Amino acid sequence: MFDSLSSKFAGAFGALRARGKISEKDIELTTVEIHQALLEADVALEVVESFTAQVQSKSLELLSTLQAGTNQAQAIFDVVNQELTEILGGGARRIRFAKKPPTVIMLAGLQGAGKTTLAAKLAKFYKDQGETPILVASDLQRPNAVNQLQVVGASVGVPVFAPEPGNGVGNPVTVARDAIAFATSKLHSMVIVDTAGRLGVDQELMSEAIAIRDAVSPDEILFVVDAMIGQDAVRTAQAFQNGVGFDGVVLTKLDGDARGGAALSIAALTGRPIMFASTGEKISDFDIFYPERMASRILGMGDVATLAEQAKKAFAGDSAKKLEDKFLSGEDFTLDDFLEQLEAMSKMGSMGKLLGMLPGAGAMKKQIENFDESEITRTKSIVQSMTPKERRDLKVLNGSRRARIALGAGRKVSDVNALVDKFTAAQKMMKQMRNGGSMPGMPAGMHAGMPGLPPAPSKTVPPAKKKSKSGNPAKRALENGTIS
Amino acid sequence: MGLFNRLVAKVRGTSTASALDWSEIETELLSSDLGPSLVTELLAAAKKMRGDDAEGAIKEILRSKFSDKSRALSEGDGLQIIVIVGVNGTGKTTSVAKLATHLDSQGKSVLLAAADTFRAAAVDQLRTWGERIGIETISGKEGAEPASVAFDSAKRALEVGANFLLIDTAGRLHNKSALMDELGKLKRVVEKVAPISEVLLVIDATTGQNGLTQAKVFSEAVDITGLILTKLDGSARGGVALAIESTLDLPIKFIGTGEGATDFTPFDPEKYLAGLLA
Ligand SMILES: Nc1nc2c(ncn2[C@@H]2O[C@H](COP(=O)(O)OP(=O)(O)OP(=O)(O)O)[C@@H](O)[C@H]2O)c(=O)[nH]1
Ligand SMILES: [Mg+2]
Repeated sequence: MFDSLSSKFAGAFGALRARGKISEKDIELTTVEIHQALLEADVALEVVESFTAQVQSKSLELLSTLQAGTNQAQAIFDVVNQELTEILGGGARRIRFAKKPPTVIMLAGLQGAGKTTLAAKLAKFYKDQGETPILVASDLQRPNAVNQLQVVGASVGVPVFAPEPGNGVGNPVTVARDAIAFATSKLHSMVIVDTAGRLGVDQELMSEAIAIRDAVSPDEILFVVDAMIGQDAVRTAQAFQNGVGFDGVVLTKLDGDARGGAALSIAALTGRPIMFASTGEKISDFDIFYPERMASRILGMGDVATLAEQAKKAFAGDSAKKLEDKFLSGEDFTLDDFLEQLEAMSKMGSMGKLLGMLPGAGAMKKQIENFDESEITRTKSIVQSMTPKERRDLKVLNGSRRARIALGAGRKVSDVNALVDKFTAAQKMMKQMRNGGSMPGMPAGMHAGMPGLPPAPSKTVPPAKKKSKSGNPAKRALENGTIS
Repeated sequence: MGLFNRLVAKVRGTSTASALDWSEIETELLSSDLGPSLVTELLAAAKKMRGDDAEGAIKEILRSKFSDKSRALSEGDGLQIIVIVGVNGTGKTTSVAKLATHLDSQGKSVLLAAADTFRAAAVDQLRTWGERIGIETISGKEGAEPASVAFDSAKRALEVGANFLLIDTAGRLHNKSALMDELGKLKRVVEKVAPISEVLLVIDATTGQNGLTQAKVFSEAVDITGLILTKLDGSARGGVALAIESTLDLPIKFIGTGEGATDFTPFDPEKYLAGLLA
């Protein structure tokens, strides 16, 4: 998501950077670009205006203090980044646990936002952290919503409290209330209440949500919103905030290519943090929301932090350590190691998804979309058709051996040749790196995810500084009472 | 009070609206999700039009953006097959049930096909709808290939001589090419049995500018013939649908206005325009 916005920003800042010295006029022009980009990204007009005004005034302020020769464009870029991060939440907040269990989480949102799937993801997320959650089927409206919750609940091994069949039968308030009693008696530490989708304008259903809320006294009400939502995000968020109220926001369908400006609007106008991100139909496609990562992504800097973390997960434990030791000891990197890495990479998920997180991904969108996932499988099959000896020492690969390998892998000899050439080149580059050089054009910590390279020593991402600034549009909107 | 009712007093009687009025009009148009480029174009054109009727001017320009294609379902002899597609959660399954109700009330014989074999309980959801509205739902075995369910249902619909077969498909994000290919395959496989008369893309009225990308990519994959615009009963005005009409020449055929089987009507451009500018 945010691809077009990030390429817009890349364009705007490319123009700024190309100039040695930036004038006030340049800043104004850049602000106009940002304004347009944000509108195209579905950011609400009032947020766009306060954001661009803020960026412009801060940049102008900064300009007069910067010495000639310092990197002015970079400084201004940082201003935009910082402002964006701040509005997006300034720092991820975790859910508040109840002093006396169970911790109650209630989900609310429009129809089709993705609440039911999210309920299961949340349950799994907290179950993995040692909680003992139950899921509560309080969507008794949509046909077979109860059924759906039961299926996803079973798939994550979390009990589903569903005393009513749904499809219009049963009272969601009673179900929710009984669920708390059930959880308390069975010593479950967490209760996640799925509710029916409802429109902000539907008074009757909003009252129902309020009744559910009052029956369960949730520790957290999460507003679940589709990342593809447009300008209505403002009206709907406002209606939910004034109606049932909410403490945090969950963005769903972030695996789409929506620019997701709604995230910015909702955070700015409600002052509520975006807490989680849902990024696919699989239960594991879920994470805590990182405002600073999202801001970087908007700015075309890529989501390096997420990538590095996934790489760390995939190259976990022994194999990573082994490779690192090997690398440091000066031993040669072999095709066996390469195979191991390819396997780890498949574990990390689709290559397209990974590449999408790289800096500048917005600009190479087409190539990423066309990335052939089967390439990895093909490469793997060639390596697997080699004998251990061949994998260790490529020099033994004569014509007949290559022909045999090609036959075994179901590939052409030219494919085998190409792989051998590429690998030899990579090996050479590794040697150079070990001798003090670095990879051109690759930020620190990046080579963790690159094929043929050992993982970087793990590097943690520093959390965003949570600074409070009176100029924060989120706060200003609140002060102005845009949303009470 | 609507935007133009509020502004009309200011606008009428003077030869042009003031800069302030125009900026308010711009804000309102943007908040309908028409998108910044369409809004910029509209405003430029409206300012050039003579007279004191800003509302009339804008409506006239908006009208010119509509597709000229027919908004009626394609008719013909024999079985009409309609495939319903769209991203996750837009209202496909509900729209299948609503469209079936609509056709049933016109005396047509209709069958439903549950080709969403992916999402949990999706088949049951459609089957529940079918029972509610008294229409048979054809489904496959658990985890069956969507294309094979669609194929079998088309054969069955031909056998029983149904007028319409409505195929519900799984929600899919348009940027997942494997899922888009799956849709292309479903279409090809069904067409071995009988031609598909319509592929309708369901667009949620709350969708922002991403709706345009959705429509483009789905069109490339399966030749969309029209749109169903859902959830117009909320506060969203669904302006992106007009942007889609105008850029891709795809007519909106029906709108959804609630969760009930009868909350569904053929698209009325004038009512829609009134809602956009409300
Ligand atoms: N208010 C309102 N709700 C609607 C409308 N159409 C559908 N819905 C609701 O939107 C939600 C999702 O509808 P579905 O028909 O299940 O959507 P879908 O596109 O089939 O969803 P997936 O198959 O999961 O992708 C349900 O709660 C519906 O009741 C509408 O026109 N207005
Ligand atoms: Mg469905």
